[in-house]
Amino acid sequence: MMLTDLTIAAARAGLDRRDFTARALTEAHLAAIEALNPRLNAFITVTAEQALAQADAADAALRRGDGRALTGVPLAIKDLFCTAGVRTTAGSNILAPFVPPYESTVSANLLRDGAVFLGKANLDEFAMGSSNMTSAFGPVQNPWQRAQDAEAVLVPGGSSGGSAAAVAARLAMGATGTDTGGSIRQPASFCGIAGIKPTYGRCSRWGVVAFASSLDHPGPFARTVEDCAILLGAMAGHDPKDSTSADLQVPDFRAACARGVKGLRIGVPREYRADGMSAEIEALWQQGIAWLRDAGAEVVDVSLPHTKYGLATYYIVAPAEASSNLARYDGVRFGLRASGGEDLRDLYERTRAEGFGAEVRRRVLIGTYVLSAGYYDAYYLRAQKVRALILRDFTEAFAEVDALLTPTTPSAAFAQGERMDDPVTMYLNDVFTVPANLAGVPAISVPAGLDGNGLPLGLQVIGRAFDEETVIAAGAAIERAAGFAAVPAIRAG
Amino acid sequence: MSLDPATIRRIAALARIRVSEEDVPRLAEEMNAILGWIEQLNEVNVDGIEPLAGAATRALPMRADAVTDGGYPDQVLANAPERIGDFYAVPKVVE
Repeated sequence: MMLTDLTIAAARAGLDRRDFTARALTEAHLAAIEALNPRLNAFITVTAEQALAQADAADAALRRGDGRALTGVPLAIKDLFCTAGVRTTAGSNILAPFVPPYESTVSANLLRDGAVFLGKANLDEFAMGSSNMTSAFGPVQNPWQRAQDAEAVLVPGGSSGGSAAAVAARLAMGATGTDTGGSIRQPASFCGIAGIKPTYGRCSRWGVVAFASSLDHPGPFARTVEDCAILLGAMAGHDPKDSTSADLQVPDFRAACARGVKGLRIGVPREYRADGMSAEIEALWQQGIAWLRDAGAEVVDVSLPHTKYGLATYYIVAPAEASSNLARYDGVRFGLRASGGEDLRDLYERTRAEGFGAEVRRRVLIGTYVLSAGYYDAYYLRAQKVRALILRDFTEAFAEVDALLTPTTPSAAFAQGERMDDPVTMYLNDVFTVPANLAGVPAISVPAGLDGNGLPLGLQVIGRAFDEETVIAAGAAIERAAGFAAVPAIRAG
Repeated sequence: MSLDPATIRRIAALARIRVSEEDVPRLAEEMNAILGWIEQLNEVNVDGIEPLAGAATRALPMRADAVTDGGYPDQVLANAPERIGDFYAVPKVVE
């Protein structure tokens, strides 16, 4: 087996047995990046020298008997996580020159546990998008191709599109992502891999470039649920530097993979049966229900009556928070400064017009509007009240069931250029993922099948706050039942 | 509610984003489409519902009001587009 095909769990075992070195593992991934990144554009920055130095340090640690959870494991880091001394762009021209002097808590936790960083993964600008088409550093190509139309270049989903494409194409064993409205789960589904959005507060947001602070959730991508559990265990933990970080013990997420679902009550929310849902998605959902039932779960219908208002609520709350968070990009303290500013205000306005792309400008303007005098109550306050009702829906459902099963996305990956006609069409991609962000509850996407074009489709499991273990247990049960073994057309080797 | 060109210009000024005159009609159209779609929230009965600002279930913690970091102006200023000594430099401000 090629080193780039290994899971994280298998690679760590192989490193412990001295079957291969961390240097060889990292070199294999760097070679894959060199061969395929020009085509996929999954990485904005590749840190080959640093990765090899980290791999050598990992080999030395293994020789000392100091192997940790991720010692020698090569990862991609979404370019939204600040990395000390390594340029961090957020996919935006406005941060193109930015080199953070500090390390985000999540990436520092991964380094503490021995991980090797291959580079910074491409993303939608400031994580605003569902296709990776809004990146100032160019779109990412999904490594999967349509069986009947291999010429079409598909999107990897977004916003963590580079992370998902890198893991699917075997350019990295795992990756970090962030999920504000679906930005881990939707690209995981589009690229045929697993991804977890943990509970709000489980992974620190400190050092992650902020988009919408009450909705931003760092989390992992990997090719198996177990690998995601390993990564999440390293990323999670209390951080005094993030005031919303939960002061709770990190459970043994990996152990939860083997728990099974026997005796669990799994809810199927009827409101997720959206009008016009494709027959393939519906069939996959029914298959998932059957798999969990066969594995010993009790499946019951539940109602989340405010589901249909999730997206509209999100598209008030997220732009409102973004307009506030992105006020810091003014051309004074860091990042791009436009030339020719006549006075300070002119400098701000030119810098922000030049530095932000169209989608970011649009969302900052929407956010500014819904927070402005005279409109705050009608838009922002009302959205916050509907958000409370969406959380109440989940709370009431979780009094009846242990987890919910839904499709991750309304369709498989689409082609670059499709659904770009108007912003709302693109926003509809996140219809099944957004509610979990508004409620802050954990959710996983697991690859479960292929559509008629041979493209991967994911199923989503949503759980109670701080009960990622049940989400992982149900995700692993689906993974075992699905036996998903398909691989993308474009991959290392 | 429909955004007219004057409102677009006012919001852009509040957001400190320069918008050219030729972009105003397209922006108005896009933002009106988004806001029109958002109007569906008016169907929801929110009487007596407390607004929810975030999903964090715990009370925000308090910490000592003490300086715990700092003292490295070169690191702080390392990304400044322009600096003069230990200060950020901006165009001359004359009110």
